[in-house]
This record gives sequence, C-alpha cells and structure tokens, in this order.
Amino acid sequence: MSGILAVLEQHEGKLHALSFEALAAAQQIAAELSHPAYAVVLGTGIQPLAATVAAFRLNKVHVLEHALLSDYTADGYTLALKQLIALHRPSYVLFPHTYQARDFAPALAASLGRVLVSDVVSHRVENGSLVVVRQLFQGKMNADVRFEADAPHFASIQAGAFRAENAKKSETPSPVETATPALEPHQIRTKPLERFRESQRAVDLTAAERIVSVGRGIREAENIALVEQLAQAMGAELAASRPICDNGWLPMERQVGSSGQTVAPKLYVAVGISGAIQHLVGMKGSKTIVAINKDPEAPIFEVADYGIVGDLFQVVPAIIEALKPVA
Amino acid sequence: MKIVVAIKQVPARDSLLKVDASGAWIDDADLSWEINEPDAYALEAGLQLREAAGGEVVVLCAGPERATQTIREALAKGADRAIHINWTENAADPLALARAMATALESEKPDVVLTGLQSDDLGYGQTGVILAEVIGFAHATLVMSIETIDNGIRVKQELEDGWFQHVEMPLPAVLTIQSGAAKLRYATLMGIKKAKSKEIRRVDPGAAAAASTVRLERIYLPRKSKRSQIFEGTPREAAEQLVDKLRFEARVL
Repeated sequence: MSGILAVLEQHEGKLHALSFEALAAAQQIAAELSHPAYAVVLGTGIQPLAATVAAFRLNKVHVLEHALLSDYTADGYTLALKQLIALHRPSYVLFPHTYQARDFAPALAASLGRVLVSDVVSHRVENGSLVVVRQLFQGKMNADVRFEADAPHFASIQAGAFRAENAKKSETPSPVETATPALEPHQIRTKPLERFRESQRAVDLTAAERIVSVGRGIREAENIALVEQLAQAMGAELAASRPICDNGWLPMERQVGSSGQTVAPKLYVAVGISGAIQHLVGMKGSKTIVAINKDPEAPIFEVADYGIVGDLFQVVPAIIEALKPVA
Repeated sequence: MKIVVAIKQVPARDSLLKVDASGAWIDDADLSWEINEPDAYALEAGLQLREAAGGEVVVLCAGPERATQTIREALAKGADRAIHINWTENAADPLALARAMATALESEKPDVVLTGLQSDDLGYGQTGVILAEVIGFAHATLVMSIETIDNGIRVKQELEDGWFQHVEMPLPAVLTIQSGAAKLRYATLMGIKKAKSKEIRRVDPGAAAAASTVRLERIYLPRKSKRSQIFEGTPREAAEQLVDKLRFEARVL
C-alpha cells in the first residue's frame, strides 16, 4: 500500500483552519510522489463534515465514528488512528501542527516505533523520497530531515507551509468510507471537562491597522513605556510576544502568536522580537513588517520588509523623534 | 508523591550559532549552556507540587559531562536528587531519548513525570508525550496547573486561541508544562550549598536508545526568502530613512 494520509482536526463539526493546509499538503506531496491522497476525520455524528471534506479531490475520505471519539482524547485518537494505519498502510501520515496534534501525534508515531517529524516548514522530493525541512534553535537554523525506516512516516505541517487555497476541489464528491474503530471506555484514561475562556478580550488586535509589538529585547517591565510611546506616535496598538505576557508586563490579551492572536495589520513593527516560529505564525500575514533587533541573524528579519539592526534603546527614541512633525 | 522532572541543557538563548565541519550539527566548542527554559518551568511546577502534596522531586537529565552544571542548579533550586543519563548524541531523535529515559526510570516508579513543552535546541516538542507512550502512562500537554483529586489529578490545559480545559486523569502520568504558568524561583545560598552533597545517579542509556527512524541530514542558516531593506548609519539616520519609507513607499503612516 501507499498513499498520503492527512489527519484533519475538527471541533464541534467544524474543521480547524490548518486542516485545509494539511489537505493541500497531502494533495501536493501525493502528486509529486505519484501516490494517492487520503484524509481522515474522527468524531461522533460527523457525516456532514465528511461531505465537506469529500468536496476536495481525494482518493478517499476516511471517517472514524465512535461515541468515545466525541470529545478529543489522546488515547482515543491514538488507538483509532493506529487501527486505520494498520489497515490501509499509508506511506506518509500528515498532521496540521496544532496544539491537538502535538498532544497525540508523537505518541501515535512512537506506538508504531516511528518518530514524528514535527513542525515541517517546507519539503522537496529527492530520488522519489521526501526530504522535509524543519527549524531548530528557535528558528535560527534549518535542518533537512530524511525518513530512514520503512513506512509509515509521520510529519506535522507548520502553519503557512502550504496554502489552504491551493487545496483542490473535486467535481464529483470523493468517496467516503466510514468505519467504527474498536475502542473500550477503559482505554481512554483522560477525562476532558468543559472548555472555557478566562475572560472576555477587551482588546481586539485583529482590528488594528497598525501594531507595535515588543519582545524579550526590552529586558525590563519599566522599559515597555518606551515602546508604548512609539505605538502612540505611530497611532498603533501595543502588542507583545509571549514572554512579555508570561512575565505579566502586558496582559495576555495583547499577545500575538500561536498561543495568542493572529493579526494581519497594514503595519507591524517588531521591537526586540527575535521571531520564533510561534510568533511569526501570528503576524507574518501583515502587509508591511518592520524589525528592530540587535542580532542581524534573528529570524524576524526573514519576514521583515524594513529593518534596523541596532540597540532598540537608541533606535526607538530616534524613530519617535523622526515621527515628530517638523516645526 | 514521587515527582520526576526531566530537564535538558541547551545553548544559552543569545548564542551566536555556527554550523560545524560535519554540516549536521552546530559548533559547540565556545558556547555557554543553560537549562532549557521550558524545563525550568517544569522544575518550578514540580517543586510546587511537592510543596502541595509532599514527596520528592527527582531531576532526570540526559547529556554529556557539562550537563552536571545544569543538574546542580536544579538541585540548588530544591530538587532532592538527580539521575544523569550519559548521553552524547547531539541530534538524537526524541524516541531514542524517551527510550533511554524509560530505562533510567525503571527502578524509580514515579507518580508524575514533568517536562517542558519543548527544547530550545531541537524543538521537537515531543519528548514528554513519547515518554508517556513508551512507559505506558497517561499524559497531558501544555499544562498550566495541577491539583490532586481522588484517584488522580486534575490539570488545567491550554488550548489554542485563548481557550483552556480541565482534564482529569489517573496516576501515574506524564505532563508537559506550559512556560510562563508560574514565576521561577532563584536558588538560595543555602540551596547552592546543599546541592553539593545531593545524590546524582549516573546511568548509561542502554541499547534501546539506538536505531533512529529519522535522520537529521544537514543543518544550515535559513536562506532569506524575503529581502529586507536594512537601514544603516547612526540610529538617527536609520530612523529617518525608516520613517521616510513607511510614509512614502509603504504608505502605512
């Protein structure tokens, strides 16, 4: 057997946005390797969702239906997918690199003696086999990774590595095959309770036209005021990377990145932010990106249109000064 | 409660990295090293769990000789003792590492194993989850807080987009701890003094760790896909050029 299987994530019958990118990845890699492309969704009562997925050009859509899959659990998903993989033996199993995939996909791969290559940002085909690229050292290095053992191989796809709009639709619905995996209540060890939010967000960064965002380079809470002045001078909302919010220097609702908000303003100014992938996925859709950082190799310059390499404590006051109207 | 905290030693965050002669790893000759920051949060969670539930905190660390320094720092912060897996594979995959950790834990019978959500070097973000699979424990990831309940624990787990969820599970369990969930403590002078006499058990990784299924073939600096315009000169000159471009080229001000 062969084939590329995309494991799609759904919640309450709705696909996660990155599921469409995983679909695009499966289609594209399948075409390049001359393999069939498959997708699988798991849950209870997800036939309407299966129809949504079947609108895409796939050799088959697998649906794993079971009452024990109504709420996501790592045990349920791992056991169900293990059975599907044993039966259909795909060559590559692809996941969107979501929090949920990070929770179970490593265990699924390990249960089959394999390693999930996580956080893949690009790929190429060499002599009929797949080489994937992932980042190391917080985005400071890239690595080419090869799969050594026999199939199945496992990889999770970072946001933005494939474009959702490239996922090809099918003229007639793709075939759907529904199966009921063998699952027993005692095999599900974790008991998920209600999902909740801590508080309503008062700040909607997604609506901001301009954002000035601050990172670790600011060093101390007292220094945030400097970046706040810059934001004011630019008519921008103030935002931050995760460490700043973790330290309590700015409220969590101002966090941009995979665990915060995803923004795409017309101007995004990153001050003292090195640009770890978790931050980049939250802002790289911005129209114009400015990076101010002392490290010329910082990954933030990878996505920046304009940059200043230097000490932010000198550069930021100079920008505030330059923004003042000429008297 | 026996709490194991798995930690890793990684290059210091602001290190300038160079690829070594093999092309498959960094030149680590002149680097300074520190605890992987997410693991520092796991250690903090472990120490707080011991304060709430009693028991002991055992640090587990795979690394070469230099990792002893990081282990001592963890002991100085309050861990009771440590296991040091003699590990020299820089770019080993997380399954190999988890198997070595499983071997080292065979005689320990922990109730909870905590670790950071990812390492700042390889960044697979998987070791905890794989370890749970290898040793047959339940697990949860991105854990913000832990409380003990009848028949196990209840954890608060971070989901995407500002959502959270409580999850209950039996013990033993592996938890990966979300960074920033607690404030990190410093080692006290007394702690540093005591750390010198705390036990570090050294173990070999065992044969199970061999046979990797993925190979890190080559590492390299990311090629710039987008050309940034970098403004040079004094801060004032650079700032003036930037503002000019933002006004008249990008027209975003």
